[in-house]
Amino acid sequence: MTFGGWVIMVLSVGLVTGAFGWSIWRVLTTPHPEERLHAPLGIEHEEEA
Amino acid sequence: MIDSPPIPTSRPKEQWSSRLGVILAVAGSAIGLGNFLRFPGQAAQYGGGAFMIAYFVALLLLGLPIGWAEWTMGRFAGAHGYNSCPGIMGFIGRARGWKYAGVIGVIIPVVIYMYYVYIEAWCLGYAVNFLLGSMHFTSPKEAGDFWGNFIGIGQDGGAMGFGLQQVGAYLGIVFVLNFVLIYRGLSKGIEWFCNIAMPTLIAIAIIVLIRVLTLGTPDAAVPERNVGNGLGFMWNPEKVFVEKLEGGVWKSERELVGPEMISAARQEIASDTTRRLEVHGTLEQLKKPQLWLAAAGQIFFSLSVGFGIIATYASYLRRKDDVVLSGFTATSANEFCEVTLGGLITLPAAVAFLGVAEVAGKGTFGLGFNVLPMVFAKMPGGQIFGFLFFFLLFLAAITSSISMLQPGIAFLEEAMAIGRKMSVAILGFITAIGCGFVVWFSKDAKALDTLDFWVGTFLIFVLAMLQIIMFGWVLGIDKGWKEAHLGAAIRIPRIFRFIMKWVSPLFLVSIFIMWILLNVVGYSFETGRGEVSSYVKDLFGAEPSTVARMSVSLVAMVGILFAFITARSKAFGTPPVEGGVQ
Repeated sequence: MTFGGWVIMVLSVGLVTGAFGWSIWRVLTTPHPEERLHAPLGIEHEEEA
Repeated sequence: MIDSPPIPTSRPKEQWSSRLGVILAVAGSAIGLGNFLRFPGQAAQYGGGAFMIAYFVALLLLGLPIGWAEWTMGRFAGAHGYNSCPGIMGFIGRARGWKYAGVIGVIIPVVIYMYYVYIEAWCLGYAVNFLLGSMHFTSPKEAGDFWGNFIGIGQDGGAMGFGLQQVGAYLGIVFVLNFVLIYRGLSKGIEWFCNIAMPTLIAIAIIVLIRVLTLGTPDAAVPERNVGNGLGFMWNPEKVFVEKLEGGVWKSERELVGPEMISAARQEIASDTTRRLEVHGTLEQLKKPQLWLAAAGQIFFSLSVGFGIIATYASYLRRKDDVVLSGFTATSANEFCEVTLGGLITLPAAVAFLGVAEVAGKGTFGLGFNVLPMVFAKMPGGQIFGFLFFFLLFLAAITSSISMLQPGIAFLEEAMAIGRKMSVAILGFITAIGCGFVVWFSKDAKALDTLDFWVGTFLIFVLAMLQIIMFGWVLGIDKGWKEAHLGAAIRIPRIFRFIMKWVSPLFLVSIFIMWILLNVVGYSFETGRGEVSSYVKDLFGAEPSTVARMSVSLVAMVGILFAFITARSKAFGTPPVEGGVQ
């Protein structure tokens, strides 16, 4: 593989793997809106009422 | 007004049980055979690393924007009681024509299911045969003959056998499995299965990837066949060819990758004035329209935008469930499987055992069902790795095929006000007829090929254009933007307002026109001449193909049936003024 091939491969694989890892991390760590609304005051979600 | 009370419905409202669940379901829908077979083949054929530049441009200008638009419109209309594409588009468009345009969003997944489930059965059959140790090939021709017999490519009706090395039994199993999962419902069927299948798929792919990247040079007698050259074939942004002078024009004869091949070719043609070595640089390749068409097409089909599936899935979200992060995550999951896993597994393995010449120019099926079985037959531990790879393809295929059923189920339930049992029975009947048609007319895979061209490509372009125009111009970019960010966990960069309103539609229309020129009119960018494609000749030429005409008639019948149901249904009436988009 040429130097250009290595550069393209590392950038492409790094970009999509990083984006996948970051987005999964955000999904797993961001509280669901419903959870936020139910948290300390136990306010009901208006759409669920 | 956007906020309005949902239209009362007698049907119980299905919902996803978790955010990760819907993301895995959408990602499962997008991740299919194309990620592991079509993508590497397209990338290598259309410029390697140069292709990747166009690919990422298309991801930013087409894939992400249209995906976000579908997620947003689906959730918006779903909150008002619409889950089917005619319902969603009719509600947002507020004109009679839009609900009929939405029928395309039911035709596409239902018809694609008819042949996709057949291909899914090939994957399961190959996995079983690898596991049983039945796949011993000594040449690509043997592997090709096995495939031809397996799918009945030699004669119509040839695929109807039920032996272990015939597709019939596998088809029956996967067809029933799909409907069992869809019958169990959104949460207990699709979401439950994708929660298991998607992590399993990624784990298997990583195991196969490690095996492939540690192959080195399997045969020391043929040093140019190694993993490094396989990676170079896939990723090098500049391509080296031996070109031959024919009729005063230099034509590409074969591609060279790696110093061994280039050195050997130099010696071979040293005294040959009719041959030369030619390097095609990155910029030179990026000037080719075909490269951009291939890259945009790959993004487009890989992400399953324009199928009507994402909008239907998103319609089961709650009003303030996030769609921006979810859409981005599903997209990035697909890209991870395609670029990282598909891009590093398929071609390096194939080149390491068979060399560039045996792999170059192979289509999706050629690569997947002729080349790779041969590769696994030669690989140490190939029985188990072959099984794992084809089981991985089977998982990728079934998570896609179940997603193709949900738009039809949603449509029948909504339009005919029937329950899941009845809708599953009706859709099962329709798809069984269509699938039987595809499997019976197996000679040269004519029915499959015709349906894939006119529905799996042409109609998808049409629906995607309608959807992005609907988001940017009918719903309106201001309302669409506001709706997208309702409950959003992250914000879409503001530049995408301009992209979604102007760039994506124009880019898509340009790509569609180019596709028509190349694949329908048969225009050649090199010679400037055109010859009508075989797909058109099959329908209107001097010697038309009966099977092609019957295939298109099948699509027309399905379309007429769904349009008739739409016209008769009271579910798609004009919504009350306060409920629609003004």
